[in-house]
Amino acid sequence: MPDLLLELGCEEIPARMIDAASAELRERVVALLNRERLAGGEVTSFDTPRRLSVLASNVATAQADVVEQLTGPSVNVAYKDGQPTPAAHAFAKKAGVDVSQLDKITTPKGEYIAAKVTKKGRTAAEVFADHLPKELATIYWPKNMYWRKPSERFVRPVRWLVAMLDDQTIPLEFDGIRAGNNSRGHRILSDDSVAIPRAGSAYVDALRAAKVLGRAEREQQIRKALDSATRTIPGARWREDKPLLDTVVNLTEFPSAILGSFDPQFLALPEEVLVTVMRDHQKYFAIEDTHGKLAPHFLAVLNTESDPQSLIRHGNERVLRARFNDARFFWETDQKKSLLERHELLRHVTFQKDLGSYYDKTQRVQRLCSWLSEILKQHEIPVRPGVIHKAACLSKTDLTTELVKEFTELQGVVGGLYARVQQLDPSLPEATRLAIADAIYDHYKPESTDDDVPRSMEGAVLSIGDKADTIAGMFALGLVPSGSKDPFALRRQANGIVKIVAEKKLPLRLTEMMRDAHAGYRGSEAERKFVSDEQFSQSISAFFRERLEFYLRDLRGYSYDVVKAVLGANADDVVDALERAEAVKQVLHMPEFQAIGAACKRIRNILRQAAEKRIEPTAKFEYLPDAAHEEKMLMAYLEQTGSRIEAHRRKKEYFDALTLLATSREPVDAFFDKVMVMVDDAKIRANRLALLRTLLHEFSTIADFSEIVAEGKS
Amino acid sequence: MTFQELILRLQTFWAERGCVLQQPYDVEVGAGTMAPETFLRVLGPQPYKVAYVQPSRRPADGRYGENPNRLFKHMQLQVILKPPPENVQELYLESLGAIGIDLHQHDIKFEEDNWEAPTLSAWGVGWQVILDGLEITQFTYFQQCGGVDLFPICAELTYGLERIAAFLQDVDSIYDIVWARDPDTGSVVKYGNVRLADELQFSVYNFEAADVEKTWKHFDLYEAECKALIEQYVMLSKKDRDEDKNEDKDEPARDLVAEKRRFPLLAAYDLCLKCSHLFNILDARGAISVTERVGVIARVRALAVGIARAWVDQQKNESAETAKSDEPEPAHEKKLGREKLTPVG
Repeated sequence: MPDLLLELGCEEIPARMIDAASAELRERVVALLNRERLAGGEVTSFDTPRRLSVLASNVATAQADVVEQLTGPSVNVAYKDGQPTPAAHAFAKKAGVDVSQLDKITTPKGEYIAAKVTKKGRTAAEVFADHLPKELATIYWPKNMYWRKPSERFVRPVRWLVAMLDDQTIPLEFDGIRAGNNSRGHRILSDDSVAIPRAGSAYVDALRAAKVLGRAEREQQIRKALDSATRTIPGARWREDKPLLDTVVNLTEFPSAILGSFDPQFLALPEEVLVTVMRDHQKYFAIEDTHGKLAPHFLAVLNTESDPQSLIRHGNERVLRARFNDARFFWETDQKKSLLERHELLRHVTFQKDLGSYYDKTQRVQRLCSWLSEILKQHEIPVRPGVIHKAACLSKTDLTTELVKEFTELQGVVGGLYARVQQLDPSLPEATRLAIADAIYDHYKPESTDDDVPRSMEGAVLSIGDKADTIAGMFALGLVPSGSKDPFALRRQANGIVKIVAEKKLPLRLTEMMRDAHAGYRGSEAERKFVSDEQFSQSISAFFRERLEFYLRDLRGYSYDVVKAVLGANADDVVDALERAEAVKQVLHMPEFQAIGAACKRIRNILRQAAEKRIEPTAKFEYLPDAAHEEKMLMAYLEQTGSRIEAHRRKKEYFDALTLLATSREPVDAFFDKVMVMVDDAKIRANRLALLRTLLHEFSTIADFSEIVAEGKS
Repeated sequence: MTFQELILRLQTFWAERGCVLQQPYDVEVGAGTMAPETFLRVLGPQPYKVAYVQPSRRPADGRYGENPNRLFKHMQLQVILKPPPENVQELYLESLGAIGIDLHQHDIKFEEDNWEAPTLSAWGVGWQVILDGLEITQFTYFQQCGGVDLFPICAELTYGLERIAAFLQDVDSIYDIVWARDPDTGSVVKYGNVRLADELQFSVYNFEAADVEKTWKHFDLYEAECKALIEQYVMLSKKDRDEDKNEDKDEPARDLVAEKRRFPLLAAYDLCLKCSHLFNILDARGAISVTERVGVIARVRALAVGIARAWVDQQKNESAETAKSDEPEPAHEKKLGREKLTPVG
């Protein structure tokens, strides 16, 4: 059983795309091997910036032959007097067998003649030559190009191809390149051409000799290099940074690392600025001292073996010095105009072409935030509206600074840093000023699902207000995210709102909040372009429901049916939804709730059918004299236990409410066992429907149990 | 290596590889890409190889000569290889050797960077080339220019000359770069000696002195003239097509061909470049609000796209003769190719 090797050599593939493409190619080859009945041993991938490879061990040499049965004419036609007719001869000829080898088979339509035909399996080389190019061509790239023919697209020009079964080259061609057994080594550290003796580990060995390592090895080598370079500074540690590590792993074929230094004077600049320059612009790792403070050093990962003359270190230090000098220059220039003075400048900075300037936005956010603070105060949550008001006013002013123009990823952070060092208002106590600065600093948070929420309540309110204003404006314009299209990152912002509300346990109703955010645009120019209020509320509540579903499921780990059930009852109050989800999760294993779920579905069906037949329940059920025993029992249960459940529910003791609700199983089951709802007597029927409606309401206030998937069925 | 030696060596390197050595274009441009030697030459089927230095003006980047790393006008060495040779990356790396960079002593990386110029409706895919942490070259495979899909495509190499010189001479300020060294006396002329006044005075003009109203007027005038020319050409080619439909295409048609051929599209392009530069001045002057910005960019783009289309049409006549020798793709191959279409991201 031979080993398969496929290597596609390419000009440098963007680092961010390599992992996904490599995994996809591997999956494609696995699927191909299965589909074509060639699968054998393990299939692994090997990738570097200049190549995507797949190694499959022990694949079949050829597809097994397949015996197929061909059906011919009916026996009546094929034989006359026991002798084969011309029709039988013709069929045998077509099938490639002697007429004596024909079989008789019985089918539902009668007796027919048939022939067994062996379909020869193709050799693995044939199959690969045929199919591998198609698999390569269909790899997904976030951005691709053409270079030879407009019809041939790939991420970057393909320059070589290796395709082998053991030591034999597979004759395949892709984008005008014919496969051979010549790969290429590291651009600088090896001779360009590397002959691959055979597929399998020999390939990896040949590349290693040519200074090309696989992904895992590169990562390991980089970690080691970072560790040992850092060790030269006593007590220092390099800051773990997985995204950065992934990037440099995919920018190198044979990595090493150097330690560089910068003038400690630059440490006077905020750490945020220094780290952004190093990480985002130079792809350097930062180093911290024993106290976790930034040290005047950095680590650069190289795509070469070493730096014997320190030329590389010298060059990198020079570049970083220039960058830091720029940052310092921007920082100093920015101080010439305070954030307060910059507020006016926001009139000239467009927020969105139809929604006006950031000046307008700031005013709306201020209003929205004071409304939000009011609600918090009503619920006795300590919050300082004055701090929020001031922070909102200044929150966007850093967009006019040179530092943010240069490092856009630092928006908010820069505003917070400047607010901390500038005299905002001499009458403000120091603590208030710092609280304002912190709120500005945090107000873009959380920027991802992993990111922290703002530290203070003021920061949280500002962050929510800012995001809600953006989402409301965009939705009002009909700029709703769809599929992969979300250019204003509205999903991320809504996720942020949900996360803040949940983690800060805020008593905010999503639809109410968004209605108020929407009202902030009243009287503005933009209003003429707005969709109808109805369309707005519909799209916004569907959108937030999705976001809440995502939060409960993906971030809090509640199962699909729990989330569906809980949000089916109410999807407006995030904190309440979380509490209900927790209670539902705890009782879900009880057999009673499987029964209640079934009962809910049943009741829904009955009510729906009744509605279809235009049969109305009475307003409230009553004790009719000829009511069935089980009916009366259920009524009694509802009246007695129902009020106790309601009391727990009001106090948000959802677990207690649900445990009590579980006792309804018996009377409900008894009712359905013995009582027929859709009887001919209109009065009794309407009364029973009313009873069921009340029951369903009782079941559905905490969660819609008809969404509960019976165990084993999920 | 002095600044001028650097330029000479790169030019020699690319001349030896078959490039036409052009001279800098004499209308203000923001990048070497905007010079007609790139913008217009990349359109159409004619192969072309060219290298030239292009002083590139970016008014908003001026810093009165006070910032050691930023310039209002910097120099690019622009190389266009159309179509790109198979070994274009290797050729590029070789060119670094020609300016004394021994890659065995340095760290070089190709990092994704996809170039895009909305004012030219042009974009490409490529890398920034990073040498010891410094971006020294923009390497782009052009895909579209003036809204026209390119075929063949070309490779564009844009060397940042000041950065490379500062790197080679190991100086921290661009102004300390040695531009020339007198071989007899050893005395040097520095970048600052040659260009500092330029940086200071144009920063003053671009940020303070330029009369906004008049600059807008200039913009409008250049735009109007450019537009008029494009429209005339469009009329002309429409007439040409109408005549084509008529069966008897004798003298009048030939006249039209000649008329199209002599039509001053190159002049129209200069007018478009003027607009682009005036836009940059207005931008630096803070005279364009963010809302307006998009609109003005669209106006310049409309000119660039109009000229690019007209130019492709005009070149059809020029290349009609040579194109005959270019074998068209066999039909069956085209069909095969289409099946391989990758989903576009």
